[in-house]
Amino acid sequence: MTRLFAILLLLASVLAPPSVRAAGQEAAAQSDALAAIGSGDYDKLRQGVSALAASGDPLALTILSALHDGRLMVGPDHTLYVKAADGKLTNAATGKPAGAVAGLHEVRMSNPVRRALEAALGGLRLFSADPAQRLAAADAVFHTRDVAALPGLEKAIAREHDPTVARALRQARAAALLSDAKASQSDKLVAVALLRERGDQEARNILAGITAPPAAAAAAREAVASIDRTLALWRMAQDAYYGLSLGSVLLLAAIGLAITFGVMGVINMAHGELVMLGAYTTFVVQEVIRSNAPGLFGASLFIAVPLAFIVAGAAGIAIERGLIRFLYGRPLETLLATWGLSLVLQQLVRSIFGPDNRQVGTPDWMSGAAQLGGLQITYSRLTIIIFSFLVLFALMAVLRLTPLGLRMRAVTQNRRMAAAMGIRTPWIDALTFGLGAGVAGMAGVALSQIDNVSPNLGQSYIIDSFMVVVFGGVGNLWGTAVGALTLGVVNKFLEPVAGAVLGKIVVLVLLILFIQRRPRGMFPLKGRAVEA
Amino acid sequence: MSVDKLGDSKLGDSKVGELKLGRRQLGGLGIAAAALAAGLPAAPAIIRRAAAAEGEPIKIGVLHSLSGTMAISETTLKDVMLMLIAQQNDKGGVLGRKLEPVVVDPASNWPLFAEKARQLLAVDKVAAVFGCWTSVSRKSVLPVFEELNGILYYPVQYEGQECSRNVFYTGAAPNQQAIPAVDYLMKEEGVKRWVLAGTDYVYPRTTNQILEAYLKLKGVAPDDIMINYTPFGQSDWQNIVSQIKSFGSAGKQTAVVSTINGDANVPFYKELGAQGVKATDIPVVAFSVGEEELAGMDTKPLVGHLAAWNYFESVDTPENKAFIDAWHKFIKNPKRTTNDPMEAHYIGFNMWVKAVEKAGTTEPNEVIDAMIGVSVPNLSGGYSALMPNHHITKPVLIGEIQDNGQFNVVSRTPGLVVAQEWSPYVAETKDLIGDWRAPLSCGAFNVKTGKCGGGGGKKS
Repeated sequence: MTRLFAILLLLASVLAPPSVRAAGQEAAAQSDALAAIGSGDYDKLRQGVSALAASGDPLALTILSALHDGRLMVGPDHTLYVKAADGKLTNAATGKPAGAVAGLHEVRMSNPVRRALEAALGGLRLFSADPAQRLAAADAVFHTRDVAALPGLEKAIAREHDPTVARALRQARAAALLSDAKASQSDKLVAVALLRERGDQEARNILAGITAPPAAAAAAREAVASIDRTLALWRMAQDAYYGLSLGSVLLLAAIGLAITFGVMGVINMAHGELVMLGAYTTFVVQEVIRSNAPGLFGASLFIAVPLAFIVAGAAGIAIERGLIRFLYGRPLETLLATWGLSLVLQQLVRSIFGPDNRQVGTPDWMSGAAQLGGLQITYSRLTIIIFSFLVLFALMAVLRLTPLGLRMRAVTQNRRMAAAMGIRTPWIDALTFGLGAGVAGMAGVALSQIDNVSPNLGQSYIIDSFMVVVFGGVGNLWGTAVGALTLGVVNKFLEPVAGAVLGKIVVLVLLILFIQRRPRGMFPLKGRAVEA
Repeated sequence: MSVDKLGDSKLGDSKVGELKLGRRQLGGLGIAAAALAAGLPAAPAIIRRAAAAEGEPIKIGVLHSLSGTMAISETTLKDVMLMLIAQQNDKGGVLGRKLEPVVVDPASNWPLFAEKARQLLAVDKVAAVFGCWTSVSRKSVLPVFEELNGILYYPVQYEGQECSRNVFYTGAAPNQQAIPAVDYLMKEEGVKRWVLAGTDYVYPRTTNQILEAYLKLKGVAPDDIMINYTPFGQSDWQNIVSQIKSFGSAGKQTAVVSTINGDANVPFYKELGAQGVKATDIPVVAFSVGEEELAGMDTKPLVGHLAAWNYFESVDTPENKAFIDAWHKFIKNPKRTTNDPMEAHYIGFNMWVKAVEKAGTTEPNEVIDAMIGVSVPNLSGGYSALMPNHHITKPVLIGEIQDNGQFNVVSRTPGLVVAQEWSPYVAETKDLIGDWRAPLSCGAFNVKTGKCGGGGGKKS
């Protein structure tokens, strides 16, 4: 039906004199496109979007932007309304304000419609006054390779002054040309060269799809090979970054354990649940902010970090005073008791918050990614890397530079001598355990950003944490850091080769072999402390 | 070793708690004592069940994990069963008798599922059991139901390749979910290159085996299919998402078919969002992600990714509206979502009620025979019927994720789809059919050899 109309429209536009076409046809095209958009049928909607963009209607950009942002409403009689940010309605066809209408719902889209819309908006925004918008439009056209945008691109290139935008426009033209069956071979060859120069994954995607004409296809194959060589190098760097990122997560999860297990020698199976408490603290903080001060949402994590430290630390001190202090020197009983405790904590959280995942939002400054050459740096991961090292250094500073740290080291190295010097060793034990637990809570804040906030959160990290601490060398913070990063990087380099399941097994086997050779880990503690 | 011991003692404790609860529910302590005394292990279940006094409540077993990793999904199903039973009691019960739920907690522990199933059938003598989520748990209870001749209603979409006389599969078989989803992507989105990503266990492996055979049949080159498995609870998806991205840059429209299970989905979708993989570039269609899973996520970066189910909360039918209203009232929380397995229990429970009324008794053999051909309204519009293969007919809906955490239905099959319990795309099972009507009465009948139980050694 719509296709028939499009053909008629085409015929009419050829036959009719230009002056008539401008007035009559444009209005008809607009109303027909709007009817298609309001029809509720995804196929018609997709054609309507393209037709509206091509109609030259001055309101097209407003309507399509509204559709993109979910502000285009449709009434029960299929009339379209544009809803402004303040909730005011205007009739889409006439641009005149409209009163309240009952039974409105927003126009829904499917993926094919979204693709058509992206292309259409790209074409329309090419002439925006804002260079950033023009750049985004050029990228959108590049992305969708819309042949229909070619005339617009030519015009835009001719009047573009900004060199970055001009380059993006030329690349977009190249992409569109390559998907145009009618373009000449010489044009296509130039386009291939342009895309080869761009050299990223998307350019490769376009080039890999070229099959004709033969000369262009050959050039494209060569270009793909050259891009692949560069991309392979970038991929190595990318894998290293992924490894670093996984390592930093492992480090965060393990660093609290490096205190409780590494320094104090307590096998705390409830360590993961302390991490979980930190994650739930973040959830509670965000809920309070959402209902009381939505403006503070960006700072929610900064508020959650100290709170999580306090909550998990307090829980840690309570665990030490109530349970672990009766079990010093009995590792097996400690293991069993803390494992039971971990189940109790899980079920407690399940009873309070429910068994399903809780939604912890990511503040805007942490979402998205930056492109660094062929390297994609996701901000959330970058933040976690930085945060994990901050925690590591802060912890080292506490142990080295503060009186509390001095006492902790004294107690762990020689308990009786420390007691003789007037240190209240039971209190130091409690504080040390609390410190380790608090650090685990802070890790929970970071993990809430990348993992599920559910009662099972801790379980998935407990094994990895012990692995890191044992591998790095018990009692050594540097060892923990190096151990975590090594495991992360090895894992991420193995994963693409061996697959995720096998990769994990290989890492475990390697680790077992390593521990066989060096039972005390990479950086064993030396000296009298070990014997004590 | 020591860890196992602790596990056992914990489970033992919970069992004691449940027994107490069960007794309280029974009301008359004397009857309970008599029932327990009569519950000698040697006595056949049927005789004991038939001896139940007239007017005594009919017991319904609810076998869903309320603790452990699966609690996230299964607790809701327990609640929906309690709601359905309460609703039926308000209508006067079944056969003039009230229904009484017996809730047990198998704690996401597969052997415990079998133990609890035995308890429900042999000690509590329930008329039917509604339960299980994972295929492992179903496989674990299957021998118990076959031995004690119980009835199990299994509400979750699964990999097929099974057809037991004692189980009614109210979830989708692969051809009622996976294959229509792949067809949609091929036709509407022009997908030519496929990533089959799943968690490493039986459901994704079998589904992917079927899908791979199907795609090859449709002319997809082996080079255009990438299969990736990840361990349970995978939380670091950076590498895999980037692999998918580079697989998707070969000049052909690419899509991901995800059988990733449970908790691993949240980090997977978060990573998709973080790396900027949009639905317009590489759409992901998932078979295990529903409204409940989305509730824990910020869905704005995920708009347009797809899921295939037989029911969505957003479906606009009067039955669905009534169901959602009743659910919100029952659970006292207007924000709780509904999902596909809940609908499956709704259908299964109503079918059971109808079959019992048809048979005039809760005696398993008669109910099993009466079940075939029973047809009840589903929530997506239309009637679902129970076929001789113990699966039900369902419409297949494809939904796109919206920014409000709901799905927008973009496609639905024109009619209801009949389940293929044995996949015609797998060599070992292509000749098998299940038909529990007399005189065939066979779950795996080989149409080539004319023998029951043949083919692939997969007897049921």
